[in-house]
Amino acid sequence: MSNGAITTTAAGLAGQTIKPKVSSEDWIMRAVLVGIALYLLITMVFPLYAILSKSFENPDGVFIGLSNYIKFFSTPALFWSIQNSLTVTLITTFIVVPLAFVFAYALTRSCMPFKGLFKGIALIPILMPSLLPAIALVYLFGAQGLIKGALMGQELYGPIGIVMGECIFVFPHVLTILLIAMANADARLYEAAQVLGAGKIKTFFTVTLPGVRYGLVSAFFVGFTLVITDFGVPKVLGGKYNVLATDIYKQVVGRLDFEMGAVVGMVLLVPAVAAFFADRIAQSRQVALLSARAVPYEPKPSRRFDMMMMGFCMLIGALILTVLGTAAFASVAKLWPYNLSFSLNHYDFDLMDGGGWDSYFNTLELAAWVAVIGTMAVFTGAYLVEKSKGFETGRSMMQFLCMIPMAVPGLVLGLAYIFFFNDPDNPLGFIYHTMPILVICTVTHFYTVSHLTAVTALKQMDPEFEAVSSSLKVPFYRTFIRVTVPVCLPAILDISMYLFVNAMTTVSAVVFLYSPDTALASVAMLNMDDAGDTAPAAAMGMLIVGTAAGVRLVHMLLSHGLLRRTQAWRYR
Amino acid sequence: MKFAKTFTLLAGGAAMALAANTNANAATDLLVYTAVEADELKGFKNAFEADNPGINIKWVRDSTGIITSKLLAEKENPKADIVWGVAATSLLLLSKHNYFQGYAPKGVEKLDKKYYDTKNKKPLWVGQRAWIASVCYNTVEAGKHKLPLPTSWADLTKPVYKGHVIMPNPNSSGTGFLDVSSWMQMQGEEAAWKYMDALHVNIARYTHSGSKPCKLAAKGEIPIGVSFAYRGAKSKNAGAPLEVVAPIEGVGWDLEAFGIVRNTKNLKAARALADWSVTKKANIIYNEAYAVVAMPGIAKPVKNFPVGIEDKMITNDFQWAADNRIRILDEWRKRYDGKSEPKK
Repeated sequence: MSNGAITTTAAGLAGQTIKPKVSSEDWIMRAVLVGIALYLLITMVFPLYAILSKSFENPDGVFIGLSNYIKFFSTPALFWSIQNSLTVTLITTFIVVPLAFVFAYALTRSCMPFKGLFKGIALIPILMPSLLPAIALVYLFGAQGLIKGALMGQELYGPIGIVMGECIFVFPHVLTILLIAMANADARLYEAAQVLGAGKIKTFFTVTLPGVRYGLVSAFFVGFTLVITDFGVPKVLGGKYNVLATDIYKQVVGRLDFEMGAVVGMVLLVPAVAAFFADRIAQSRQVALLSARAVPYEPKPSRRFDMMMMGFCMLIGALILTVLGTAAFASVAKLWPYNLSFSLNHYDFDLMDGGGWDSYFNTLELAAWVAVIGTMAVFTGAYLVEKSKGFETGRSMMQFLCMIPMAVPGLVLGLAYIFFFNDPDNPLGFIYHTMPILVICTVTHFYTVSHLTAVTALKQMDPEFEAVSSSLKVPFYRTFIRVTVPVCLPAILDISMYLFVNAMTTVSAVVFLYSPDTALASVAMLNMDDAGDTAPAAAMGMLIVGTAAGVRLVHMLLSHGLLRRTQAWRYR
Repeated sequence: MKFAKTFTLLAGGAAMALAANTNANAATDLLVYTAVEADELKGFKNAFEADNPGINIKWVRDSTGIITSKLLAEKENPKADIVWGVAATSLLLLSKHNYFQGYAPKGVEKLDKKYYDTKNKKPLWVGQRAWIASVCYNTVEAGKHKLPLPTSWADLTKPVYKGHVIMPNPNSSGTGFLDVSSWMQMQGEEAAWKYMDALHVNIARYTHSGSKPCKLAAKGEIPIGVSFAYRGAKSKNAGAPLEVVAPIEGVGWDLEAFGIVRNTKNLKAARALADWSVTKKANIIYNEAYAVVAMPGIAKPVKNFPVGIEDKMITNDFQWAADNRIRILDEWRKRYDGKSEPKK
């Protein structure tokens, strides 16, 4: 019987190459795919269209052509922000990329001890809302700062503060990309270089650098996008130095000028989209360095070099720990700087702006929903894009849709949601001011990276799994649940972790969307700092970092156990 | 199209389920948008609900600028039942969009005439209490920089204060705007711009919110913060080394006021809150933190408020302020927000 089945399938397969037959299973897959595509249309494309058209309207909703844009470009206070934004962003990226490069180099190409520890410390800022390093800098370099002398009389509030804060904020993101780029190297190239008599420096420039050049380019553009769209650091440290991200907020929240907010949003979209495409081009050029015949490169111990690298990592690690430690200290000091005795008063959030302790629990709820729903949607979507048959147009459209969120700054997305979902004619308007809109917005905001992680994991799976199970007449969803999901479990856990942490720390998109019942911890931080309650803001930040770190730890232990069971097949 | 229809049906169903749910509760949930400082809200809620069983206040609290922008964003489809404890200037701005329905709370005539809307027979807005501009001066930090205590607005333009003063950005802060508006009403527009040109030289930076300058002064981040009296008194009570100064020329002020939203579904409850808000009892509670309240003869001095600040309050033309707000803010932005001009 099984013999017969195989023969028929073989015949079927042969037939398919000539005339693909669409089975009912394919229809299910397509329906789900279309469903997820519709979700992305409604939660991203339509709102973006709403904000675009708003930028061409006056407050009464009448189309007025380019008037708003003309006003933008004829108001120096507004268009100077473009140059300001570009300046601090470029300076930050040019500082961070080399630093992260050396750090990644130390982690991958040296034999220094404590690599895991250093990597762990370097990744801490990922767990913080960007407001937190900025607030810590106030306590370090502000007028009452612990080491304000280090600025040599320069003003913290302005470009200097922004660059310092952004450096800390984006360092781990840039580092992660470079670590991946450097993780694998072909030892044969290094042997060849040695045999040909190339010195260390020459080898570095002819072998190492070319090998990671696309990783470097990618790190550069990702850093660029993160900094130019970041809102937390300039909000706290911008002083009189206006940048685009804070301008959007100021237009909308301060001046009630939604149309100009939309214009600034569109302007901010330009560099973000440009950097996004540049990054895509760089990534598509990246070819596999590791062929099947490659020999993994193993660094050789060299006492002097290893010590140098460790010294560098200690320096960066100390900087990051100082920032975290200062925030922790400030959050428990009674009245900085006049009374530094210990007090937990600043953790009594119910007496402050921002929503009190409820905001913290709302954040946990949001993060949990985003992690669960986001992971399911993203992984299913990625699976269907990768593994469904035929339907090429639909799949490539979907692939394109999945990439857009990365190019859209959170502030733009959040503002777009106001325009789209609070329109009285929108039948979906009932989700405005609720937890679901925050969940939807956050899932969409962080869709792309999660999608790419899922796709990478799925690409590593041999398509024969599907072929074999379909030849055994196992429905695809059973293969999906019984084989694909367990095999990809590490990636699935990573995605849920990524979504959870980002939902906890994000400010930009949700700042326009929270309601009093759904105030969030990160937004509460912003509001407390705005009201001058810097210490409680630091306290809330510590709570976020602590929770994210705790959840991460649980995730590590949990996945360790789970992975041992589900990934045993990977080892002999 | 069919898809959209299905969605509409679904949405309608969900909305109805929600509505049914709220009706099932005996108590009315009253959605109140407010800018009253967070630490005071609990007291107001408890006091009102004790007198009005069956009504449950749900606060939507944010700073003046943010709550006003929220209200404006929702103007096609207002969500609030009543706007309460929000700047009168904002309420006037909102009434341009026909936001409110007139209502004369029982006993409104007992309030001082200048504190509520007398233009309409049924007032669109009724004031509760005034918040008043003041200057917070940190004695410790000022001592370090040898800065004398400023007693007038004019003092703040003296070269000795250069880089030591912070004020709120009027584009985002109600307090910042009431400063600018008061300078204009006292000196005339032209002189006021000249004054601000001189002041701008001394300003270290502008903050987003109106309470922040005083809190920064309380922490010693800056010696002098232009803010409002309540915040200064509060920080001083908490132990910060502050002097709270009411400049001699006169001080700007705005009212915390309420207005009932035109399409509220809880009109009875909204009117109950309006009635309660003009009672003597409510005014006594207002006075716990603010020195000037709408009902005459109630107010007792508040600890660490500048002495005699009531007499320094300017004659404030809210209508003028609301009508000219955007024009003034545009000009202000053109002059001072562009200071961040990139160096070429």
